[in-house]
Amino acid sequence: MGNMADHSVLKLEAPVGIEKRKRKGFLREVIRNRGIISLAIPGLLFVIVFYYLPMFGLVLAFKDLNFSKGIWGSDWVGFNNFKFFFTSDAALEVTRNTIVLNLSFIAITNIMAVAFALLLFELSRKAVKLYQTTIFFPYFLSWVTVSYVTYALLNPELGVINHLFKMLGWEGISWYFEAKYWPFILSLAFLWKNVGYSMLIFYTGLLAIDKTFYEAAAIDGASKWQQIRKISIPLLTPLITLIVLLQIGRIFYSDFGLFYFLPADSGALYSTTDVIDTYVFRALRITGDTGMATAAGLYQSVVGFALVLTVNLIVRKFNKENAIF
Amino acid sequence: MELHRKKHGFSNWLIHLWFIVFSLFCIIPFLYVISISFSKETDIALHGYQLIPKTFTTFAYEYLFESPKVLISSYLVSIAVTVLGTILSLIITAKLAYVLSRKDFRGSKPMSFFVFFTLLFSGGLVPWFILIKNFLHIDDTILSLILPYVIMPWHVLLMKGFLSDIPPALIESGKIDGAGEWRIFYNIILPISKPAMATLGLFIAFVYWNDWYLALLYIDSPNLVPLQYMLYRIMNNIQFLSTSLQSGNISIDLSKMPNETARMAMAMLAAGPILFVFPFFQKYFIKGLTVGAVKG
Repeated sequence: MGNMADHSVLKLEAPVGIEKRKRKGFLREVIRNRGIISLAIPGLLFVIVFYYLPMFGLVLAFKDLNFSKGIWGSDWVGFNNFKFFFTSDAALEVTRNTIVLNLSFIAITNIMAVAFALLLFELSRKAVKLYQTTIFFPYFLSWVTVSYVTYALLNPELGVINHLFKMLGWEGISWYFEAKYWPFILSLAFLWKNVGYSMLIFYTGLLAIDKTFYEAAAIDGASKWQQIRKISIPLLTPLITLIVLLQIGRIFYSDFGLFYFLPADSGALYSTTDVIDTYVFRALRITGDTGMATAAGLYQSVVGFALVLTVNLIVRKFNKENAIF
Repeated sequence: MELHRKKHGFSNWLIHLWFIVFSLFCIIPFLYVISISFSKETDIALHGYQLIPKTFTTFAYEYLFESPKVLISSYLVSIAVTVLGTILSLIITAKLAYVLSRKDFRGSKPMSFFVFFTLLFSGGLVPWFILIKNFLHIDDTILSLILPYVIMPWHVLLMKGFLSDIPPALIESGKIDGAGEWRIFYNIILPISKPAMATLGLFIAFVYWNDWYLALLYIDSPNLVPLQYMLYRIMNNIQFLSTSLQSGNISIDLSKMPNETARMAMAMLAAGPILFVFPFFQKYFIKGLTVGAVKG
């Protein structure tokens, strides 16, 4: 923040002790702006305490935590925690599940949301409002509530789906013990809860398109389908790209509630539903392996950060305006 | 456009049909939950869950209200957390976002980086958990349900988007009149940002009301269990409901317990307030989301 010093002042004065003067300039700047800085202080304090202090806690990944010795006094164990995590089958399994499931969510939800937005764009405002409300509604339920909904559908004896199967003469399925169905169930649940939100974003993007494009195209005799293909989709592409890339940047993180509540923490389902976040949570709260949980968390943070940076680089290449930083 | 639309009447009907089908897909699963909560336990045991109750009854709700102590306590915790959290978070977030939105303040850029960097990199669950439990020592208090969410970088970003629309001349005129930064904020910025504050306030309230995560991590005392976490514990173990109901000094015949219906009635009671404010919510949410999408 040294460059905050006033340059015109620097030029006038001799080059002696530029560093000192810079610091003085910085201090003066702080004092001059003390009013506005004091407005930001409560917020900054919360950021420091709840976001930056935990970053120092990441050293725990290299330690064997012993509360009687404290975090700094605990013994260093080098990369043992990582070794323990990466040599277990769990590392591969949770990484695979995290990436595959998130990719599936991103693909399904965005394709549906774009399609819905394009269709919605053809309807009158009144109809839009009605459909938007019904499709948006699940977004406002918590995952706990959604887990009750899925339970009503999937309950093996009483559930709606098995009831339907019975009526069709099919065998019921013990949903909470059959891991292979869960990638689909989770994808559907994610779609159910989130498609309204994504649809809304894309619909807003469509509203921002200049109406004269469509009018001109209609005069030239372009069909609806041609208008969608040649105007709507190309003009919506930057927004779609941005949103997909942002989501891919966060692919190492998952919506904890979805993976924790919907499968009802059933051990039989871990092979397809356990993701990094739920794994870390269990390692911390159930098995109490703090070191390994921190190591797995650090792995998530670092790879996640690298992904965000990569994605940002790609966005910058496409469109500098859309880059996050 | 209107003329054009009429020519495509048929495809328009197809679109309507598609949206009606999908809207049903969105609503019917939840209608089941409502229906089960109003059904008779014996009907359910016989016929499974039905979209329309065979016999309509409010027994599950009466049962829950027979000993409302747990329910009331959970509601109170959720309400207290939502109200206190929203007020605190709204004020602190708005102030920080305002400072970050001030282009004439040189520190706003480095400060923005400092705040938004946390969106990109975090210490993860474990250090955060240890910080709150072993350093701040606020676990198992109502503070642990409020303080961790006071500042959310995404909310700051959202508010910054709103506030950067304020013309700098307005702030300048306040300065010329000799008002300090705090007075400018409270007397000029806040009054003209009421719609933005309402939107942000709803976002924050929604986060606090729907939260179960902090309770899952930090709460052990039964009298500090918020509604959503209570709902989770019931799902996990319906016995929890009966044992906590019994602690209300009313002995309950466990065999008569309406397991399935009471469970769903509980889900309805937790989701209920959201359903009531949803239409009102939606309007402001859409406003906030679209700002976030366009500017964020």
